[in-house]
Amino acid sequence: MAVTKDTPVREDLLRIEGLSKVFDESVRAVDDVSLRVAKGEIFALLGSSGCGKSTLLRMLAGFEAPTAGKIYLAGKDITNLPPYQRPINMMFQSYALFPHLNVWDNVAFGLRRDGMPKGDVAERVESMLKLVQLTKFAKRKPHQLSGGQQQRVALARSLAKRPQLLLLDEPLGALDKKLRESTQLELVNIIEEVGVTCVLVTHDQEEAMTMASRIAVMSEGSFKQVGSPSEIYETPNSRLVADFVGNVNIFDGQVVEDEADHVTVSCPECMHYVGHGITGTQGMAVGVALRPEKIQLLREQPQGPHNWCEGTIEDIAYFGAYTTYHLKLKTGMVLKVQQANLSRHNVQDPTWGDKVYAEWSADSMVVLTH
Amino acid sequence: MLANLFQRMRGLISGKRLVISIPMIWLFTLAAAPLLIALDFSFSQMDIASVASLTQWADNTLTIKLNLGNYLFLGDDPLYFKTYLSSLKFAGTTTLWCLVLGYPFAYFMARARAHLRPMLLMLVMLPFWTSFLLRIYAWKTLLISNGLVNNALMALGIIDAPLQMLNTPFSLTIGMVYAYLPFMILPLYANLVKMDTRLIEAAADLGASPWKTFWLITVPLSKRGIIAGSLLVFIPAVGEYVIPELLGGPETIMIGRVLWDEFFSNNDWPMASAVTIVMILLILVPMAIFNKYSDGGQEGEKT
Repeated sequence: MAVTKDTPVREDLLRIEGLSKVFDESVRAVDDVSLRVAKGEIFALLGSSGCGKSTLLRMLAGFEAPTAGKIYLAGKDITNLPPYQRPINMMFQSYALFPHLNVWDNVAFGLRRDGMPKGDVAERVESMLKLVQLTKFAKRKPHQLSGGQQQRVALARSLAKRPQLLLLDEPLGALDKKLRESTQLELVNIIEEVGVTCVLVTHDQEEAMTMASRIAVMSEGSFKQVGSPSEIYETPNSRLVADFVGNVNIFDGQVVEDEADHVTVSCPECMHYVGHGITGTQGMAVGVALRPEKIQLLREQPQGPHNWCEGTIEDIAYFGAYTTYHLKLKTGMVLKVQQANLSRHNVQDPTWGDKVYAEWSADSMVVLTH
Repeated sequence: MLANLFQRMRGLISGKRLVISIPMIWLFTLAAAPLLIALDFSFSQMDIASVASLTQWADNTLTIKLNLGNYLFLGDDPLYFKTYLSSLKFAGTTTLWCLVLGYPFAYFMARARAHLRPMLLMLVMLPFWTSFLLRIYAWKTLLISNGLVNNALMALGIIDAPLQMLNTPFSLTIGMVYAYLPFMILPLYANLVKMDTRLIEAAADLGASPWKTFWLITVPLSKRGIIAGSLLVFIPAVGEYVIPELLGGPETIMIGRVLWDEFFSNNDWPMASAVTIVMILLILVPMAIFNKYSDGGQEGEKT
């Protein structure tokens, strides 16, 4: 996960005000979205397919005209500018490399459109190919390259014009998992080296968390939460966000004690003692979100009245680095528990049908009021 | 051993071979065989009422007589050369006009809303539902001195006397372009409709105006469609007989007309065959060369 940097106050590069897009007079693909992205920031739009993130990106690129709202880039209103006049470049999903041009000509395409002198074009293309380590492949056609190489050509092409804003549409979606992990960091390194401001669209929360300094979780055309990766993960503001980002157990319950520094929530499964205050009232129905990796499995019954429950192991999924257990509680709820595999072949590890206790601490939960 | 043999037998009459054999037999009997007969005839000469055989069996000797006279005569008489040239010229002009008119047509069809496309395709193919001869004949009535076009122009006061349009290169070209336009549009449409529109967006994103995008991306990527359409128009246009006969005039002698005369007026089948063979070579050889050198380029378009 990217570490949240203590960023000094930077000027906004991109400002979006009340942007909406309505298709066919009724489908609100993007619904009154406002956003500020600072210079040098990598900002991720995260959401499942059909949430409007791609439409938002296409409006930034200029491929879709907004129904309402304004887009400002470096203070200038670019809402009605056609794509070829915007100082914005995009790396397309599955790259959209020109199949009839070789790598060199693909990268040079944008520069030549600007009427850049030949010598400068050559120099810029050279430096771009060097940046993405493809100098040797300059004369190849796109179909002669591997997926990872094509991705790097696409990046070089979109960076060649030194855009003020770089848009990435599912930048790693077409790569297999192993390649994706190494490429993620490489991509971030290159973007940071160039220092370009970046808006990326993805449905993959890991991708968003690794690459972005801030994330907006989108659903049904609007932002549900905007924040740093750790804010989104550790303090989701709604069931939707908690559920979408990572794995989560959500207990339904009622607030029985509402203090400034803690709340107690009563659920059919157990009593929760949560170490933070909420804006709510006693008796209100809430959800308590608990991440699987914050739960401990115990053989012995824990002491105390709060934050534990009893269950039987129903399912075990072994992932190598960790194991996920499905614990069936007496209410029928299935609790997901993740345990790191700290040693090899531990005979203590629970197995199918075992009766075990799950315990967690007071500061591992988040109370969701909606 | 026996099992091995059995397996080989089965390999020989596999389903794949059966499927391939149907078009192969078709092509051989209806394309290759007639061509070979024409080739045979072209080296022969007319006996009184039939074509002489190339081989003769007499006194235990097999003699093969190749008569090159037909081909030599083709070279001797400048009429043939001029006719070939004018055929290629008219076919070339037709192809060019079809491309100029057909490309935008196919482009807008391919970019039209998906539910409109089948209807637009229907409109392109609709003329095929009436007889070809009838459609060409209709142009005659449009273009004659007291025809619709002349009358309209005179009524509008643009001209004072009827224009001589029929039986000129103009009327021939109109008829040819009209008849062959669908053959250009259909392969172009098939190509353009498959084109990845994200490439167009990528070009715009990189700063290319719509006009530049068209020339730098759309046209190069539709190269195969352009080639297919051009060949489909050019090849039959070279040997076209009906349209020049109905709409052409003294200035528009095409090789199809010469062929007709050789076959049916002069009754000289060997000469007619030689004319045919040369015509085929004239089309085939440049095409083969073109194909050979454009192979590398086409490879690159696979995605």
